Amino acid sequence: MTDRTSEALPISVRNITKTYGRVHALDDVSLEVRSGEFLTLLGPSGSGKTTLLMVLAGFTRPDCGSLKFGDREVIRTPPHLRDVGMTFQSYALFPHMTVAGNVGYPLRLRKVPKAEIVRRVEAALETVQLGGFGDRRIDQLSGGQRQRVAVARAIVFEPRILLMDEPLSALDKKLRDQMQIELRHLHEKLGMTTVYVTHDQREALTMSDRIAVVNHGRIMQLATPRDLYERPANRFVADFIGESTFLPVSRSGKDVLYDGQRLLCEVPQIETDNLLLMVRPERVVLSREGPRDGVNNFAATATEVVYQGDSFLLHADLPGGGQMVLRGAMRGANVTALPAVGESLTLCLAPEDTVLIDGSER
Amino acid sequence: MFRWFNAPATETQVTHGQRLWLYVFAVITMVLLVTPTLIVVPMSFSDSQYLEFPPETWSTRWYDHYFGSPEWMQATRTSFKAAFLTMLVATPIGVLAAYGLHCSKVRFIRAAFVLMITPMMVPVVLVAIGAFYAYVQLKILYTMTGLVLAHTVLALPLVVIVTGSALKSYDMSQEEAARSLGAPRWKAFLTVTLPQIRFAVVTSALLAFLTSFDEVVVAMFVSGGDNPTLTRNMFNALRDQIDPTIASISTIMILVTTGMMVLAQLFGQQKEPSKPKD
Amino acid sequence: MLAARINETGLRRDERLERLKLFGLGSPAMLLILVILVIPVGWLFYVSFIGADGTFSLENYERMLKRKSYARIFQTTFEISFLTTGLCILIGYPLAYFISGLPTRIANLCLITVLLPFWTSLLVRTYAWLVLLQKRGLVNDWGISLGLWDEPIKMVHNMTGTLIGMVHIMLPFLILPVYGAMRAIDRDLMKAAANLGASPKRAFWTVFFPLTLPGLFAGSLMVFILCLGFFVTPAVLGGGKVIMVSMQIVSNIELFVNWGAASALGVVLLVSTMVILWIASRFLNLEKMTGGGH
Repeated sequence: MTDRTSEALPISVRNITKTYGRVHALDDVSLEVRSGEFLTLLGPSGSGKTTLLMVLAGFTRPDCGSLKFGDREVIRTPPHLRDVGMTFQSYALFPHMTVAGNVGYPLRLRKVPKAEIVRRVEAALETVQLGGFGDRRIDQLSGGQRQRVAVARAIVFEPRILLMDEPLSALDKKLRDQMQIELRHLHEKLGMTTVYVTHDQREALTMSDRIAVVNHGRIMQLATPRDLYERPANRFVADFIGESTFLPVSRSGKDVLYDGQRLLCEVPQIETDNLLLMVRPERVVLSREGPRDGVNNFAATATEVVYQGDSFLLHADLPGGGQMVLRGAMRGANVTALPAVGESLTLCLAPEDTVLIDGSER
Repeated sequence: MFRWFNAPATETQVTHGQRLWLYVFAVITMVLLVTPTLIVVPMSFSDSQYLEFPPETWSTRWYDHYFGSPEWMQATRTSFKAAFLTMLVATPIGVLAAYGLHCSKVRFIRAAFVLMITPMMVPVVLVAIGAFYAYVQLKILYTMTGLVLAHTVLALPLVVIVTGSALKSYDMSQEEAARSLGAPRWKAFLTVTLPQIRFAVVTSALLAFLTSFDEVVVAMFVSGGDNPTLTRNMFNALRDQIDPTIASISTIMILVTTGMMVLAQLFGQQKEPSKPKD
Repeated sequence: MLAARINETGLRRDERLERLKLFGLGSPAMLLILVILVIPVGWLFYVSFIGADGTFSLENYERMLKRKSYARIFQTTFEISFLTTGLCILIGYPLAYFISGLPTRIANLCLITVLLPFWTSLLVRTYAWLVLLQKRGLVNDWGISLGLWDEPIKMVHNMTGTLIGMVHIMLPFLILPVYGAMRAIDRDLMKAAANLGASPKRAFWTVFFPLTLPGLFAGSLMVFILCLGFFVTPAVLGGGKVIMVSMQIVSNIELFVNWGAASALGVVLLVSTMVILWIASRFLNLEKMTGGGH
């Protein structure tokens, strides 16, 4: 298959709203997907991510809004004329056809000559590492193999946009991890604009160029995985991606204070009354020698210590009433002497790890 | 033997011996259910006017009488023709209706469904006399057209219910997949959905056939003149006296309906959608 | 802040069109049913209120209340319906219970004994009983030769014959829903009941039986309603002596060409059927019954 990054289409979503009775499945959603980008729609169930994908595919008709593939307005185009490749959560393979029959289906619809169908089907199967599987029946395939056939079928007619609805959710962990990498490679090879739906944040972080975090029919934040993790826009995003604890902080002029103590951190640009300090467990450092210079120090009392094999979790209470969780790697000094419950400790947070976020959920 | 008597038969440890009365009763009932139907077959080969069992003399005279009678043959042809036509008309109309009901998001769906099964709820007599009057006005009384239309109406609920239930357990995302790949809805239905509900469609077709073939009351009013059905003639014959020819006709009808039933059961055994082997 | 509602009218139009198209798929079926069934039956309603002189009158209904023969017809109809339903329950429930306890393969074989008559033509089954129950029929012959009775008993062209025939026809309609309900019961429940101290009898009546009630109710309802409007079997086996509503309707048309009387009877029959169905639908999910069945 040719490298077609230049031919991939950008997607422009504008003011899409879809209501079911009183419920806003999609609430005035706007989004630009760049040409050739791998964008993930990430969110909990009911967030609207699948609804948005279905709007892109044409199976859900929104109440209003505009949708463009490249320059073409497609919001009123029926699904079979949109020319997008799509994989479904249940794979939706046709059991009454062979693998080749399934993969060749879109080509037959497009009246491609028979010889060419055979060639392209085999090429598509090779791309997903199922070369030679053409004659197999669907019920003879394993879950992972079915997933690949579904992908092959979606790309064989060289669509410029690919939509994927939680394609890996039915697979076991090991297979899922493997497929994540394979799909990523596939995207790099074929270069088509891909919109991917999942509820698994780790999957999203692994595979995407950018992630749109969705909740209650709105986009909470659209950013690269790194930005999303390091600088979440609000509490929902911070909560959804990775683990963290939150501490309430207050402002005094230009300073940010926790429990009266001034914090070393970036000056917050956010305008909000509800400012929170987001603490990622792996960024907290345990200091046995007391407070250190150049970092934010928190006096804490250990309340729970949990050994987890490759790491340990430390829960600690802070005098101001908050809690902090620390995840430490098991190496060196830690192995012999984990802190004891009740022990007084100093927890340190580097200024660059001291992230302030907007505590309101919208 | 006695050990079996004392062996437990249910979860509550009731023994076989204590349930013997149930076994006897059940076997007798099952025999009584099947016997009347089956016993007509050997009796129809009886030479006597009174249809003995077991037949003292075996003969095929009642079959000869049946096959040799132009009226009976004509009626048989009419019945087969009507049943076949009913099957051809009711099945597509019913399947389309079932599909429309299944995919439709209109709020009157409940009402539409009730309308579809009305022919099952209304006593047949009323359907019969209603159709009779309507046909007199439309001048299609005693025609094949009228008969087929009426039988189609009677068969439609069965087709809709059987096909509808198959659609309910069908994974609609396959049709969506086909549409995403470039097939308009009708093509997706024909190439993807229909092959997978074909067992239900075949079953409903056979049901439509049988509904028409066995039907008596409507045929009484609406077929006649040049087009009496087999059942109509049989019924009239029965009202007067017990014509033994009917035994031979009955046997043939049993063969036809049993054959259809076996076909329906065979086609009705759809393979379970297989789960992936991981 | 009011968001721009782009393409709203166009999209709404598309949605409407699609809904119409899908609904329209059912239109040939609905049209046919309307023309052949609903309208003529509606017309029957209308006719029932037309008197002999062609004007609006209630005489058809009055006749039903006044004439003793009509009272007898209604009585017969309800009697037969109740008796048939009752007998079906008494005979059918134990059989269904028996089959439901069998392993699946054998149970399916036994079910064939229930399904075979179900599929066989109504007329053929009725005829079979006519032959079996006649004076020189099988039942009388065997009864006499076994010494059970001396003279041939009259079993056709009367209530007895009619009942026997009706029960035989209706049994599968009761057995199938009841069997379905029984099969769906988790057998562990009976074990639990025994474990908690219930005697087998107690366990049956307090756990098993109540769980089968929906199926039993559905089956009995179906049998009762079918009996009300039944024609063929009573007409043949009753021999003109046992007259049910449906038969009276037919003779009103065939013999007397009295549409008024016939339609009035028909209306009563239809309304009673609908009322019973409506009452039942309060207790049952009818759509589930017809939608999931067979």
